[in-house]
Amino acid sequence: MSAAATYDLGKLHGGLRLPSEKEVSTTEKILHAPIPDQLVLPLTQHVGNPSQPIIGIGERVLKGQLIANTDGSLGAPIHAPSSGKIVAIEPWPVSRRNGETAPCIIIECDGNDQAIETAEIIVDYTKLDPDSLLHKIMQGGIVGLGGAVFPTAQKLMQAITAPLEHLILNGIECEPYISCDDMLMREYAADVIQGAQILMHALSLSQCHVAVESDKPEALIALGEALAQIDEPRIVLKQVPSIYPSGGEDQLVQLVTNKEVPSGGLPTDVGCVVQNVGTAAAINRWVCHGEPLISRVTTITGHGVAKPVNVLARIGTTIADIVTLAGGYTEHARQLIIGGPMTGRSVSTDRVPLVKASNCVLVLADEITQGNERPCIRCGECAEVCPIQLLPQQLYWFACADNEAKLRKFGLIDCIECGCCDLVCPSHIPLTADFRMAKGRMRELADEKARAERAKQRFETRNLRIRQEQEQRDKELANQKETARLFATSKIKAIVDRARKKSTDDQDEEQ
Amino acid sequence: MWIAVATITGLALIAGLLLSYAKQRFPAKSDDIVDSVNDLLPQTQCAQCGYPGCRPYAVAIVDGAANINLCPPGGEDTVRRLADLLGREPMPLEDTTRSDMSTTVAVIDESRCIGCMHCRSACPVDAIIGTHQLMHTVIASECTGCELCLPPCPVDCITLEVIR
Repeated sequence: MSAAATYDLGKLHGGLRLPSEKEVSTTEKILHAPIPDQLVLPLTQHVGNPSQPIIGIGERVLKGQLIANTDGSLGAPIHAPSSGKIVAIEPWPVSRRNGETAPCIIIECDGNDQAIETAEIIVDYTKLDPDSLLHKIMQGGIVGLGGAVFPTAQKLMQAITAPLEHLILNGIECEPYISCDDMLMREYAADVIQGAQILMHALSLSQCHVAVESDKPEALIALGEALAQIDEPRIVLKQVPSIYPSGGEDQLVQLVTNKEVPSGGLPTDVGCVVQNVGTAAAINRWVCHGEPLISRVTTITGHGVAKPVNVLARIGTTIADIVTLAGGYTEHARQLIIGGPMTGRSVSTDRVPLVKASNCVLVLADEITQGNERPCIRCGECAEVCPIQLLPQQLYWFACADNEAKLRKFGLIDCIECGCCDLVCPSHIPLTADFRMAKGRMRELADEKARAERAKQRFETRNLRIRQEQEQRDKELANQKETARLFATSKIKAIVDRARKKSTDDQDEEQ
Repeated sequence: MWIAVATITGLALIAGLLLSYAKQRFPAKSDDIVDSVNDLLPQTQCAQCGYPGCRPYAVAIVDGAANINLCPPGGEDTVRRLADLLGREPMPLEDTTRSDMSTTVAVIDESRCIGCMHCRSACPVDAIIGTHQLMHTVIASECTGCELCLPPCPVDCITLEVIR
């Protein structure tokens, strides 16, 4: 354990030391949630295109059965978290960026929790080549559980095309309140380590760093013990200072390897693949135990719930059910947030389901108030805390002026929306929200441009085609005229004569 | 003094010859200017400017035959950008009553379509598919909402719907 080296803070620009608020939810062990009466599964729980339902309404499904598959593009399949009957596929309130509702598969659970036959699902991964192993991971519906929910298999497939040096398991939960990865590492350390082994095999890598914040001693001890038991020298445990947002993918790469991920690039550009510890555990559950991603650990906390706790709940359980497990709402409950206080999303109803991305259900006693927004005083605090070393105050001006060229030049697309600038701004300007909107507008503009470009090409192709058809017609007409001219004199006369002769002959015969 | 005059005259002559040769050898491509003007136009190909598409309008602008304020879908923004590019004075849109079409697509009521092909040949971006006596349909992702398919339809089965 003492071997776990600590990285120094100097490697990361900016960031904030935030109050952790995690103690309240880490006193109890992970609570195993009972199977609810109803499960609500949005068709989009990942980055990419919505999955397509492959079951009909009224059909009976078993636990672990595939119920929605990808259309072959970026996405992840969805499995039934428990056995029961499909009662509807309809819009349901969800927590996400676009719109209040999304199409969901609704399962009425029978409570038997009968699992599908797993016999052919479980395989010895060490006998699989990396390609088939990645294909296998893809079928498990596994996505990045750190919050980005990028389909894991596709991330790995992209990664193996690049020269790789490091696999980094991200055990950092730098956002206040959230403790699900901490608890997962404490109680399922062996799963995490085995997941790391599978990932190393899939990527043909011989070294893996597991990065854990230094304020999680229990998790470090648990992982250390799990490592000692299986005697795995390829996996190295590393401590990372707890500073927000050191758990961001690019930030972690910088902390561990001291290399900066280039603007607009990926960690693979500097030879790194980062996976969340929860994702590693989920991969192990799927590859070695045949259980697809149908449950996850989530933190239910905040001063608005009676008994903050971590629960292992089936994907699709509604937030209302989960809050009940944590003792229900207190009289102080004011605001419901899915995710952490910095990057989470406020939702208006607790009917929304737990999805693969939901690492935390936060019930706050007081609404997070920004205070009254005042004009920017150019203090520069925001630039000091920005972990990407952007200039938020400049970006703010350009966002207000809708100056797309400048926003691009000043690197808005590299903003990770961590919210540090919001927090330190003495004028209470909602910078992150402004940046999010500006990014949306930039995306719209880019879409518009692509559309215009396509229309232009189609228009030009069409004109070319019309011109060619016209030329063809002209040519044919000219040919016909030429033939007519050539034949006009002698040959046509001959033909006409022959025809006349024939008709007189015919008349003779008739007579 | 005569030496100086001769030198300067000689230099001017050489420079003049060089320039005239260069002009013939590397003629300025007006296509480049047309392309950059065309890039600023919204590519709806709606012909509301009076020219049969965005590129013909761009050519007319570069030739000086058309004003820069004839494009209703582009709006004031496009006028301003064109003015910047060409160094002309910005001017108000010629006709602001005609719709901004970037948010609409044409939709064919397929049950009423008689398969006459008139709309198909009117579509400037080949976004309508179908053949004689068979119903037609619009490829929504390629439709620019230009409305050019509306007038030729003999049974008025095409409508414009707002998508974005």
